[in-house]
Amino acid sequence: MLNFIWGGMVIISFIVAALNGRIDALTASALEGAASGIETCIGLLGTMCLWTGLAKIAENSGLNQIFAKLLRPFTKLLFPRLDKNSAALKAIVLNMVANLLGMGNAATPLGICAMRELDKENKHRGTASYEMCMFAVLNTASIQLIPSTVISLRQMYGSQNPSEIVFPIWICSSLAVIMGVTAAKFFEKYGRNRL
Amino acid sequence: MINIISNLAVPLMIVSIVAFGLIKRDNVYDSFVQGAKLGLHSTVQISAPLVGLMVAISMFRASGALEILSRVLSPLTNLLQMPSEVLPLALLRPVSGSGSIAIVNDIFKNYGPDSIPGKIASVMMGSTETTFYTVAVYFGAVGIKKVRHTLKAALIADFTGMVLAVLVVNMLLAPQ
Repeated sequence: MLNFIWGGMVIISFIVAALNGRIDALTASALEGAASGIETCIGLLGTMCLWTGLAKIAENSGLNQIFAKLLRPFTKLLFPRLDKNSAALKAIVLNMVANLLGMGNAATPLGICAMRELDKENKHRGTASYEMCMFAVLNTASIQLIPSTVISLRQMYGSQNPSEIVFPIWICSSLAVIMGVTAAKFFEKYGRNRL
Repeated sequence: MINIISNLAVPLMIVSIVAFGLIKRDNVYDSFVQGAKLGLHSTVQISAPLVGLMVAISMFRASGALEILSRVLSPLTNLLQMPSEVLPLALLRPVSGSGSIAIVNDIFKNYGPDSIPGKIASVMMGSTETTFYTVAVYFGAVGIKKVRHTLKAALIADFTGMVLAVLVVNMLLAPQ
């Protein structure tokens, strides 16, 4: 998909620039864009390391397990049919904790592991079960406690208060998650693609 | 009040993670360094896509194509009371993570992180995810073709996050 979006943007830019007589601006903008891609990475590097470092402390010290326990009431509500000692639920919870702490790298393998476990209990080959849909929806919503990438980008561009968006993000993302989960439950019961 | 919570979140998180590690007698410094290496790796990984996407977005803006796109979609943005500057982010967010970082960058560069579009872009970025990518990776890993209502529900969540980002920023972060 990105193949066409990216390619399309470049081609369209050229055509539109030619029509607008802005071809010379195009050269400058391409080079500037490339430079700013690397500048952004360098700007993000430090913060990224800070959070992955902290996340590792949380993992090694067992803080993740405590988070996992705190999530129990939610997982019970979202996955009522999963046994609380099942390998699937354990992987789901660890994936959620990794997402909360902003450990994207760790969250994906854990999530795939959870999917495999859920697939073992899936009665319809090749079709997503209720649990799989719910779990995927959870992962497509952002449930990060500290939106570190956004904060450091804001800092890079000289914001007066880079972290003022934290609380608003909590409001928006939790309502978005609730909406997604409710929609998944609703479609499960009344949607066209019921099992 | 909101500002206090927002500003306390980061330091509180850092202190509590480190303090907990010390209480549990974990070697916090070693753990930190070990983890920080992972961050190095993942940042290097996004650098190449980021260069590619920044080039495309930068060209798209300079050519005037972005203006045209915003104008074409203005009935939609007006309806949602969304500033047209953040529209590209709303469109690309579900598709590409590095693409949305590139757009947020572009918005900050052109309007500033503390402008209304800058704040809305920040909140939008933080409260939504790359839906299509996540669904593709997770279901692809177990060979599931029929994802049933997953995309619909996930996109409803994204849409909620985006509309709320506009509302919440206007309510809480707009200059008095």
